[in-house]
Amino acid sequence: MADLVETELLLLGLNALHEELGGKMVPFAGYLMPVQYPDGVMKEHLHTRAAAGLFDVSHMGQVILRPKGSMEALKLAFEALMPVDVLGLAEGRQRYGLFTNDQGGILDDLMFTNRGDHLYVVVNAACKAADIAHMTAGMPRVSVEPVTDRALLALQGPGAEAALEALLPGIAAMRFMDHRVVGDIWVSRSGYTGEDGFEISVPDAQAEGFARKLLAQQGVAPIGLGARDSLRLEAGLCLYGHDIDTTISPVEANLTWAIQKARKTGGAREGGFSGAARILRELAEGPERLRVGLRPEGRAPMREGVELFAPDGTPVGRVTSGGFGPSVNAPIAMGYVARAHVTKGTALLGEVRGKRLPVTVCDLPFHPTTYNR
Amino acid sequence: MKYTKDHEWLRVEGDLVVVGITEHAATQLGDVVFVELPEPDTMVAEGDEVCVIESVKAASDILAPVDGEIVAVNQKLVDNPGLVNEDPTGTAWFFKMKLDDLGVLDQLMDEDEYQELIG
Repeated sequence: MADLVETELLLLGLNALHEELGGKMVPFAGYLMPVQYPDGVMKEHLHTRAAAGLFDVSHMGQVILRPKGSMEALKLAFEALMPVDVLGLAEGRQRYGLFTNDQGGILDDLMFTNRGDHLYVVVNAACKAADIAHMTAGMPRVSVEPVTDRALLALQGPGAEAALEALLPGIAAMRFMDHRVVGDIWVSRSGYTGEDGFEISVPDAQAEGFARKLLAQQGVAPIGLGARDSLRLEAGLCLYGHDIDTTISPVEANLTWAIQKARKTGGAREGGFSGAARILRELAEGPERLRVGLRPEGRAPMREGVELFAPDGTPVGRVTSGGFGPSVNAPIAMGYVARAHVTKGTALLGEVRGKRLPVTVCDLPFHPTTYNR
Repeated sequence: MKYTKDHEWLRVEGDLVVVGITEHAATQLGDVVFVELPEPDTMVAEGDEVCVIESVKAASDILAPVDGEIVAVNQKLVDNPGLVNEDPTGTAWFFKMKLDDLGVLDQLMDEDEYQELIG
């Protein structure tokens, strides 16, 4: 039975390298992924913040969008799927995007890059089949081309620039959210840890050699999914399927920064995206609930699913991601709270194993970000 | 030392039994960040959830390995949960129990049987 289950999981191109490095392999989004290496989650997390961490995120979906007509028509078609300014994104730049449904809920979050004569998109692993179907159906005049012969590596932390510069001279000049094509290698200065760093798309045939060269650089260590999760939580970043889903709008998710002026009421291309009625209304009137940071007062972590209450016992919300923040050295969480309780400093209670423990609404992120803006 | 299938160790100390988790369990849990201990002077039955132990990854319970009375708890673990990873079979004991009959320990695994269990 165990064998049957394992053969259904997809193996990463770098699977042998992960095993050689002592990775503890677990199923995640249909893939067998390293959740941690022998150092463990805590050390891997702290190492990424102090030096550089190498993550294999090849499970994520890489997609090329090529126009059948003009690039402008492609960008406008993409704008119909997201409350985001695609037309205004300069060539060689990357931007955060969100697919919304007709009710204004979030189908997935993603990164997209303007590469001149096409767009390059990176979506979540668990959503990639649905995203490809959604883009294909929603953009008939666009060729939606899944990229299936490339690994995706993330190199994150203060040592990332020097380590990658040694392999790809010149990349140090890139700023946060810049994108460059260096021969066969596609480099974005972005990531999911709150640190400066890069996401690097490498052809499968070169991936293992490239990863080994990065691991040979000063301060670079392999980092598993466990630390990836604690790093993104400290950085206040959403995990799809947990902090955002089809019922939650971008405004409720506190992602209004991702909705540029051009798509808001009064903007050059206002509305015209799925779920615009709800999203524009919430932008004007404020959402009923909002994603906030939460700091438990004691040492007990408040994990996903913990119910939140006002001091008078009224239910006010729920934790969507929570755990221990190694750099904060304390439990941290995020969740949704009714609008009357979202102000920083508001005292709430979180129910952990039947006990209601104090927790305070706080700003995100928990750990300062160090993007190379 | 005696062992349970839930990866606890038990060591007789005078007329008390000291209980902790094995090195194997500590490694599997990963970095421990929070420990919640029972109140001392509590009667427990085998299988009762008596402690909570949380690692960076997840929360787990520690079950009472046998019937008896918890007479002491290791407050050091609350202040320094990482001790569970550093010294699981020594200073990181969780609680001490008083048993009616120490003979019940004979039903538990010995070192060899436990090593076989964890392969």
